[in-house]
Amino acid sequence: MHGAELIHAHPFWALWLIPALPLLGAAVNGIFGLKLYRAFGPRVNHTIAIVLPSISFVIAVTAFIQLAGLDEHARALRHTLFPFLHLGLLDADLSFWMDPLSGVMTLVVTLVGTLIHVYSVGYMHGDPSYWRFFAYLNLFMASMLTLVLGDNFLVMFIGWEGVGLCSYLLIAFWYQEKPNAVAGMKAFIVNRVGDFGFVMAMALLFWGLAGDYSGRLFVSDDGYRTGYYEAATVQELEQSLLAHQAKVGFREPQRVPPTSLRFDAVRARVEQEAAQWKADSPSAKQFMGVALVTLICLFLFLGATGKSAQIPLYVWLPDAMAGPTPVSALIHAATMVTAGVYMVARCNFLFSLSPVAMTVVALVGALTALYAATIGLFQYDIKKVLAYSTVSQLGYMFIGVGVGAYWAGIYHLTTHAVFKALLFLGSGSVILGCHHVQDMRKMGGLKKYMPLTHWTYWFACIAITTAPVFIVSNGFFSKDEILWKAFDAQHLLIPGWIIWLIGFVGASLTAFYMWRSYYMTFTGEYRGGHDSHGHGAPDDHGHHGGAPHESPRTMTWVLVTLAVLIIPTAALGFWPLLHIEPLFEHWLHPVVGKAMASLSWRSAVENVFTLEAGLAAASVAISLGGWLTARALYKDAKSAIPERLLASPNPLLRAPHTLIYNKYFVDEAYDWLVVRRTRQLAHILYWIDQKIIDGLVNLMGFLGRLVSAIDGLIDALVVDGLVNGVANSFAFVGRKLRQIQTGRIQSYLAGAIVGALLLVLVNFFLMVD
Amino acid sequence: MSLGLPHFLTVSALLFALGFFTVLTRKNAVAILMGVEIIINAANLNFVAFARYGAFANTLAGNVIPVFGIMVAAAEAAVGLAIVLSIFHNWRSIDTEVITSLRE
Repeated sequence: MHGAELIHAHPFWALWLIPALPLLGAAVNGIFGLKLYRAFGPRVNHTIAIVLPSISFVIAVTAFIQLAGLDEHARALRHTLFPFLHLGLLDADLSFWMDPLSGVMTLVVTLVGTLIHVYSVGYMHGDPSYWRFFAYLNLFMASMLTLVLGDNFLVMFIGWEGVGLCSYLLIAFWYQEKPNAVAGMKAFIVNRVGDFGFVMAMALLFWGLAGDYSGRLFVSDDGYRTGYYEAATVQELEQSLLAHQAKVGFREPQRVPPTSLRFDAVRARVEQEAAQWKADSPSAKQFMGVALVTLICLFLFLGATGKSAQIPLYVWLPDAMAGPTPVSALIHAATMVTAGVYMVARCNFLFSLSPVAMTVVALVGALTALYAATIGLFQYDIKKVLAYSTVSQLGYMFIGVGVGAYWAGIYHLTTHAVFKALLFLGSGSVILGCHHVQDMRKMGGLKKYMPLTHWTYWFACIAITTAPVFIVSNGFFSKDEILWKAFDAQHLLIPGWIIWLIGFVGASLTAFYMWRSYYMTFTGEYRGGHDSHGHGAPDDHGHHGGAPHESPRTMTWVLVTLAVLIIPTAALGFWPLLHIEPLFEHWLHPVVGKAMASLSWRSAVENVFTLEAGLAAASVAISLGGWLTARALYKDAKSAIPERLLASPNPLLRAPHTLIYNKYFVDEAYDWLVVRRTRQLAHILYWIDQKIIDGLVNLMGFLGRLVSAIDGLIDALVVDGLVNGVANSFAFVGRKLRQIQTGRIQSYLAGAIVGALLLVLVNFFLMVD
Repeated sequence: MSLGLPHFLTVSALLFALGFFTVLTRKNAVAILMGVEIIINAANLNFVAFARYGAFANTLAGNVIPVFGIMVAAAEAAVGLAIVLSIFHNWRSIDTEVITSLRE
C-alpha cells in the first residue's frame, strides 16, 4: 500500500455556472440578438452581455473566498456536471475544479473580461453587428473559463478549441474587408498546428498512463482516497471499474482510475511512479528512444507556442490586430494568448521532470522575448507595437514557467493582463479619439485632448517597463522575479545566465519601444490635421474630422479601474528581495511548490542576496536607460535624430531599420516556404488527381461499360432469342392453322365425314386384329 | 337369286353416297338441303331393311323409326328452307361460296 493521495476537493455546485452564464449570454445574443436589437435597441444586447459575465465574476469571487478558507493541502473546489468520456480505461468527466492556479486565472478572466465588455459598449457604439460582437465576446468568455476551470485535459481542450474559434471569429469580425478575413484565417490555421501538438501530447500521455502497460496496475477499492494500490491487470481494472460504476454511478468524486486524465490524478500517478516518468532516470518510459515525458512536454509546448504566439508560430498575433481593439485587449493580450502559459504551469508536474523540455521552453521564451521586442522598436502602428510587445511579454512568461518559476510566470501573466489590457484599451481610446487613425506618426500631443487616456497610458507604461516607481509597477516585480529565477536556475541544460541575459536585453528594448509609443502619441503637437476621417472604415462611428476628443465615459471609467488595479497586483508580488515571501507565491504554493522544490536553485545552497539585489538594480538601470533614450529621441517630436538616421545615405545604418521594420521578412519567408510550397503541392496533387486518379476511375468505368455491353449482347441474343423463338413458333403454327378455317360449310362437312370414315376404318382394322 | 339384306344396304349406301356428293359439291343451299333429304332417306332405307332382315326382325321399332325420320325430315326441310330464306335476306345470295362469314 503506497500513498498517492488525491487532493480532497470540496464540492461547490455553482462552479459550473461560471462558464455557463456567458455561454447563455452568447446563446441569447447569438440567436435572438438581431431581434432584440431591432425591438429594444442596443441597450438590451450589451446589458445581457455584461450582466451575465458579471454574475460569473461574483460567483468566482465567492468561490475564491471559500477556496482561501480551505486547508492548504485540500485547497480545491470541484463540481462534476456529468460523465463525459468513460471508454475502457479513459476517464474524463465534464467537470470543473478550482485550485489556487485556476482560481487566479478565473478572477483575471472574469474581471478583465467584464471590464472590457463595458468598454466595448463605447467602442462598438453604432456598429451594425453590435449584437454579434457581444455574442462572440460572451462565447469567448465561456470557452476561456472552460479552459481554465476544466479538471482534466479533455475539458481543457474543449476550451482550448473554443477560444481558438472565438479568436478567429473576432479577428475577422469586420469580414467585409479582405485583410481582416485573411488575418482570421491565418490565426486559425497557425493555431491548428499548435492544436495538433496538444492532441499528440494528450494521446502520448494516455499511452504512457495505460496503453503500453504490460505489467500490473494497482488499485484499491477506494481508488486514490486511501492510497490506491492493489494488484490488478488492465482487464481486471476495467472489470472493477465497471462494477464500481454500476454500484455508485459516475458521480462518485473521489474515485478515479490510475489512467484518468484528471490533472490531480495524473499528478498523483506521476509523482507516485517518478522512477518511470523522470526523464533522466534509467528506467524512464520511452517512446522511440526519447523519454516519454520529454515528448509529452514538447508537444504540449508546441500547442502553447501556437496559442501563445511564440517562435515559430507567433506570426498570427500581429495580424490579429485586424480585429476590434477590445478584442485585441481581451483575447490577444490579456487572456487567450496566456492560455499556453497557464497550460505549462498547470502541467508543472510533467515539465519539472524533463530538463530538455524546460530548457526548450525557457530558451524559446527568451528568444521570442528579445526577437519580438526588436520588431516592436520601429513599428508605427500603435496596435502593432502593442502586439509585438505582447508576444515579447509572453516570452517572459515562458521564461518563467520554463525555468521552473511557475508562480512568477503566472504572476507576470496576471500583471500583464492588467497593464496590457490597459495599454490596448488606451490605444483603442486613442484610435477612437483620432478618428480611426492607428499610425503614430499622425498622432502626437494627445495629452491635451485626452487627459484620462494619457494618464492611464502613462501608468501602464510605468508598469510594463519595470520603471523604479515600485508601488505602481506591477510588471517590475513579475519580470524581475522571472529574470532572477532564470539566473538562479541550475537544472537547465544551458547556464541560467544566458536566459537571463537575453531577457535583460529585451527589458531595455521594452522600455524603449513603450516610451517611444507614449512620446509619439501623447507629446508634441497634434500631427493628424483636422481633416483626417474615418470615412469608409468598417467601424465608422459617424463622427468625422475635427480635433481629437476624449472617449465616452464607459471607456475612460474602465481605463481608470484597470489603472487602479495595477497597485493591488503590484502588492501581490512585494518583494522577494526583502525575504518576504510574496503573497502570490504563497498562494500558488499548493500547486507548484512541490515541482519547484524538486529543481535545483543556486539560491537554495548559497547566500545570493547581493547578487539578486545587483541584478535588480541592473534591471532598473537598463530600463531607465531605455526610457531616457526614448525620451531623448521622441519627446515632443523635437529631436531630429530619428529622421536623420532614416534619411542617412549610409545603407549600413538603414539596413537594421529596414530589416526590423519589415519584421525580418518572416512573413515573406513563411509565405515562400510554407504557403507557396503548399500551393505547389496542391497543384501536383491536382495533376495527379486529374491524370492518374481520374484515369483509373475512367478505366474502371470503361471496363464496367465493356462488361455490361457483353452482358447486354448475351441478353439480347440468347435469352431474348429463346423467349421470342417460343413465341414465334406458336405464332407460326397459329398462322398455318388459321388457313383451315375457310368459312365454307362444305369443307367443314367434308372434314367431319372424312374423320368419321377414318374412325370407321380404324375401328374396322382394330376389329380385324 | 332372291333379294337379301346386302342389296338393300348397297342401295342405301349408294343413296347416301349420292346425297353426300350432292351436299359436298352443290353451291346452291337449296340443292344442299336436297342432298340432306337423300341422306335421311338412305338412313330410313337402312332402318327398314334391318327391320325385315335383321337380328330383331318383325319387331315394330324398325318400322316406326323411319316414319319418325320422315316426319323429322319434313320439319327439317321447313326449318332449313327458312334458314336459307333468312340467309338470302341477309346476303342476297344462297351461294355457299359467298356466305363464308364463319371464316377465321
